[in-house]
Amino acid sequence: MSPVSTVSSRLIYDALKACDIRLLSALPETWLVHLVRMADDDPEMTLVRLAKEEEGVGISAGAHLAGVKSAMLMQNHGFLASINGIVSCAQLYRIPLLMLVSFRGEFGERDPWQTEGGAVTEDLLRALRIPFSYLDHPDHVARRIATAQTLALSANKPVALLLCRDLMWEEG
Amino acid sequence: MKRVDALSAIYPHLESRVVVTIMGAVAAELQSIGHRPNFFYLQHAMGLASSMGLGIALTRPDRHVVVFDGDGSVLMNLGGLTTLARYRPRNLVHVVFDNESLLSVGGFPTATSTGSDLEKLAAAAGVPRTATVRELGEFTRAFEEALGANDLTTIVAKVDATGPSKFVTDLALLENRFEFQRWLRKSG
Repeated sequence: MSPVSTVSSRLIYDALKACDIRLLSALPETWLVHLVRMADDDPEMTLVRLAKEEEGVGISAGAHLAGVKSAMLMQNHGFLASINGIVSCAQLYRIPLLMLVSFRGEFGERDPWQTEGGAVTEDLLRALRIPFSYLDHPDHVARRIATAQTLALSANKPVALLLCRDLMWEEG
Repeated sequence: MKRVDALSAIYPHLESRVVVTIMGAVAAELQSIGHRPNFFYLQHAMGLASSMGLGIALTRPDRHVVVFDGDGSVLMNLGGLTTLARYRPRNLVHVVFDNESLLSVGGFPTATSTGSDLEKLAAAAGVPRTATVRELGEFTRAFEEALGANDLTTIVAKVDATGPSKFVTDLALLENRFEFQRWLRKSG
């Protein structure tokens, strides 16, 4: 039984649908497995599985200009892999971009390869002036996703939500 | 053949289609022939023009999308060819103008000048219809066939390593972005 929280994933997924998100681009990682499966099973959602996360920035930009709301599901290392696309496509062209980024390499992380990425994620988001917040408790998931999307649309910019271990990982 | 001649030859087909281009010579030359609100020039984010085209093609199956790409850009997003092939949008034609160089930064040769074959890469990635063309007549035929084929096509068009004298045009990036969005959302 995977310790990734299905309950939290369902809260997140439903909140995305409530914001009229109809396309999700994803490069899965452990914490995102249920979210990706929910998107795959949902006939109202277009799931685009990527080879590299940066592609998702372009795909979301195209979807947005076409009038369809989308979001990206990726690990924080995927965010690192996307940075040029975020800066020279989403920011340069003022494209709203909701990014759900799983926050690996933080307190509680057992995988050593994740730890460098965890250390730089928040500073990079700040350096790029990407507004961000944390999803770390079920009580605020729906509201934070809705308000993140509201800001992305009014600012015409990328906004990030960091999916935290306390929300996503069920383990004693 | 010259890229600007290839664009001129097929220009009438672009008038009703959604067009996404990469930066540099392609964007400047298409604008020199005639800008239209259905043309979007992705002036940076190399590699992502094809991803943008995919996003539009998937969300607007009622529209035909043409992506004008370059060898340098495709090489930066080779994985994107596999994603294009995986989702196989029937309404997308992908033209790669391959001048075997990064022209606008001074003409550095890319790997297609030393044997890397973008058509074979696209086909191996799973793109169902591919072609390499070198002459203008070949290009227009391949393009017109692709428009009628109702399937994902990548055409690698070998072109001269020449371009316009300047790459910055008088169309502001954001002006293009908002005008294109307005057209795209209203159309179809």
